[in-house]
Parts: sequence; C-alpha cells; structure tokens
Amino acid sequence: MADATATHLHNFRPEIRREPASAEAFGIVERRLTVWEQLYGSGPVRKAFILLVLAAIWEVYGRSVGNPLLFPTFGETASALVSGLASGDLLMRVWASLQVLLIGYAIGIAAAAALTVVAISTRLGEDVMVTLTAMFSPLPAIALLPLALIWFGLGASSLVFVLVHSVLWAVALNTFSGFQSTSRTLRMVGRNYGLKGWRFVSRILIPAALPSIVTGLKIGWAFAWRTLIAAEMVFGVSSGQGGLGWFIFQSKNMLDIPAVFAGLLSVILIGLFVEGVLFKLLEDRTVRRWAMQS
Amino acid sequence: MNVMMSSPKTLVDDVAASEPILDIRDVTLQYTAGHLSILATYKVSAQVFEADRFVLLGPSGCGKSSLLKSIGGFHKPSEGEIRLRGRKVTEPGPDRMMVFQEFDQLLPWKTVVQNVTFPLMESGKVRTRKEAEERARHYLEKVNLTKFADNYPHMLSGGMKQRVAIARGMAMEPDILLMDEPFAALDALTRVKMQDELLELWDDTHFTVLFVTHSIAEAIKIGNRILLLSPHPGQVKAELNGLCRADAAGPKGKALERDIHDMLFADKASEEIRHHG
Repeated sequence: MADATATHLHNFRPEIRREPASAEAFGIVERRLTVWEQLYGSGPVRKAFILLVLAAIWEVYGRSVGNPLLFPTFGETASALVSGLASGDLLMRVWASLQVLLIGYAIGIAAAAALTVVAISTRLGEDVMVTLTAMFSPLPAIALLPLALIWFGLGASSLVFVLVHSVLWAVALNTFSGFQSTSRTLRMVGRNYGLKGWRFVSRILIPAALPSIVTGLKIGWAFAWRTLIAAEMVFGVSSGQGGLGWFIFQSKNMLDIPAVFAGLLSVILIGLFVEGVLFKLLEDRTVRRWAMQS
Repeated sequence: MNVMMSSPKTLVDDVAASEPILDIRDVTLQYTAGHLSILATYKVSAQVFEADRFVLLGPSGCGKSSLLKSIGGFHKPSEGEIRLRGRKVTEPGPDRMMVFQEFDQLLPWKTVVQNVTFPLMESGKVRTRKEAEERARHYLEKVNLTKFADNYPHMLSGGMKQRVAIARGMAMEPDILLMDEPFAALDALTRVKMQDELLELWDDTHFTVLFVTHSIAEAIKIGNRILLLSPHPGQVKAELNGLCRADAAGPKGKALERDIHDMLFADKASEEIRHHG
C-alpha cells in the first residue's frame, strides 16, 4: 500500500523537454589564446626562461664572489667558451670525446640488444641476464678503469670498454622490462599473424616496448657521458690531444678556472641538446605520436 | 569449387553433405595456475561448417575462451584434436584470424589502414603494397571507417577499434574468423549497433565465424547454431539451431532465451534447492 502511494506521488512530477539554447546565448565558444597564454603553453619557451634565470643567478653570485679563480661569472665563462671554440681547441676536444662516446654507446646498445634477445628467447637466458645485470649494474665504470688499462692499454679501447659497461646494463634492463610489459593481447595478435622469432621481436616486441627502450637509451647516454668525462680526467691523453675531460683537468692545472667552467658548460650544453632536441625528436615521431607516452 | 564457396549456401543438404571447416573432436583442455592444474573443458566436440555463425555460449568458467584460444593455436589440447579443413591445428596462424575483446588489440604504432595491411603483407597473403592497401580500404569501407583510415588507434572510440579489428580479420579472408567476446567491453547501445553491423557484413560475404559470448540474447541474435557449455569443466550441454532474424527478435526468441537459461542454470537451481532444502 505504501509502495503504491509512493509511485502515485512520483508520477506527479511533470516531464521536462527542452530545446538546446541557441548559439548566441553562449557568447564566445572559441577564442584564440593570448600571446602570454601561448608562450606559457610552449615547453621550449618555459625551459629557455629557466635557463635564463639560472644564468642570471650565476652572474649575480659570481660577481658577489668577485674571484674568477674560485667562481668565474657567467660572462667570463661564456667568453672562455667562445674563445675556446674560436681557437678550435675546445671544438677538437669535444669532437675527440664524442667520437669515443659514440663508439662506446653503439657497441653498448648492440651488446644490450643481443643480451635481451637471449633473455626473451629462453627461460635460462632470462636468468642469465637478470643475474648479470644484478652483478654488474651497481659496479661503477670508473672502478673498472685500472683493469681496463691492464687489459687494453693506454688507448681509446680502454675508454670504450668502460663506456660499454656503463651503457650495457641500463639499456638491457629497460629494454627487457619493456618486452615483459608488452600486453598479452598484442603478443597473441602478433603470433596470430604467424610471426615468429626475430620477425616477432622486430615487428611486435620492439615497437611495443619503445617507450621503455627510449628511456633506457636516455639513461645509457647520461651514464656514458659521466663515465667518459671521469675516465678522461683520470686517464689523460688517450688519442691526439685528449678529450673534454682532459681539457677540464689541464685547465685546472693551469689555474684557468673560466676554461674549467667552459668545459663543464659544454658538457651541459651537449647534454641539453641531445636530451632536448635529438631524443625529443625521436619521441615526438614515435611514442608520443602513437600516444604510448604522454 | 570457387563458385560454390562464394555463393551462399541455401540447401540444408548441401551443408550436411560438405566437409566441416572446423572439426573439434573430444577436446580436453588443461591449464596450470600456480600449483594447480585446472580442467577447462572436458571432451568437447563440435563441427563448424562453411558460412556458419557458430556461437559458443556459456557462463564464466565454462572454458569457452580457452577453447577458442586452442582453436587459435595458442593452447594445445591435452586430449583430442582440432582440425581446420582437415589439417590438424598445432600453432597460431593467419588462416584463423582472431578478434579479441580488448581494445588494445590494434598495433598503436600503425594507422588504421596500416593495421589492416600489416597482416596481409606479413603473411604473404597479398604480394604488393598497393593491392594490400586497396583491399584494406575496401574492408574499412564495409565497416564505415573510411574517414578514419589514416588515424592512429588512440584517436578512435572503443567501438571503432573493434570495427577495425573486424575489418582486419575479414580482409585476410581467413578460413574462419574467431571472435572472443568482441562486444563485451562496449556500452549497451554500441553493442546492439555492432551486432547489427556484423550481421549485415555476414549477409554481404557469408564468412564463417566462431563467436564466443556469455550473453544468451547475443547468442540468439548472432548465431545460426549455438553450442551450450556447462561450467567447471566445460562440457557440451546442447547444440541448438538458431532462429531466423525475424523470429529471434520476437516471442520465439524470448522462448529460446528462457529455454537456454533454464538449461544453463538448471543444475545451479537444483543445487540451491538441495542446499536450502
């Protein structure tokens, strides 16, 4: 009885049917963003602004110290950088470092690829990779330098050896975890197409794991830079006039502190370029375009 | 032979006399979960003929998805065998294209049209890129996705993704299309629309499809033959004929729905009575 009353009462509510409001009622539906909003929305502009602020803080602090032997200003460092580049000396050092770096990086990536393929093809291979990574990943590359000197002598090959060590584990670990997190459905789709072995890996697993692979490549690149600069400082001249690390070390010995800062600044600038331009291009064309990474 | 295959079967005798496309014989499936070995299906047999819309229907836990995956070649039966056009199924292959329930079955790094051409090229079904492209666009038109052919999957809605997967499967012109609850993750309105579209597509080309679902209504709407599986482990409970489309929507459909419902839940009801009585 109570139910019936309730239903009865409910039905007293009037029905509502409406026409949508006409377009004029809203005012502006679409408008262009103001210049400021656009500038703030752009990542490169925001980052450039941060760099400017940092440079300004550096300049102010350097002037307050007032001693170029302790802490040169941004201006002094910049002029040391420009004169180093102009004389060609710094450019040669950068080139020498980059050559070794690229060789080590490439070999490291190739070794990581081989190791990961072994790891995904058999269960034993997976154990081999996991164990090796757990053993060697925490080992600082510099700690291997004395051994490298004995095995490979005082040349570029020793540097390449420690570089490979610093790149290999980071890239292998990330690539492997990317393969493992590939969705079951995508794997089944690939096998449904009849893909097997290397074709399955290259057509399905590698693209599917690309976000992790790119992360691994970035980490590997940063590790390689650190290792190389440190190794060059310990190592001295490896080939020709030596690389950027040796340039920094030499400048310190000659108490040319602005040049030391200029060397450090060029490491930073190259790092910013690789991260902000090369890797960003790669990501924009791949993972971000496919919305596999935001 | 080719003429026979492309023309729809009209005579019942014709179907009965022909060889089954898919022959499932006494298939027992087991899988391991942790320390347990679980029986998914027990001695399931069924035959699927040319141009069948064959539905595997059962509650969750009846092993219908496991059975479909073993037909797909992903899972070896521990007993019995599965034959496709007389050849024993041993591994996955593009002669049995699958449509999955999950929306992530499209390759996110390929556009819609590339998703359709990719298996055509990789399996060697089509020789030239141009031919693959033409065929892909033809099937995308059939599922009304021409406008989105050059978009990436992440720009599509769930229903559109499933339509791409169907177009991809059909473009391969496989012996049989295996659909694993393809509409289960869609909203109710889209689901009804997709069911209608699937039937329209079938009217068009009379492809052979094996369709897994847990919805009795969907089974009656889609299937011309319905295999009922009982759960834990999956066993054949019945194999029924479907209704023609006008009947399926009317009182006959409702009656069949009740009938199937009673068959599937008869055991449970009697069990409950036993427990409470």
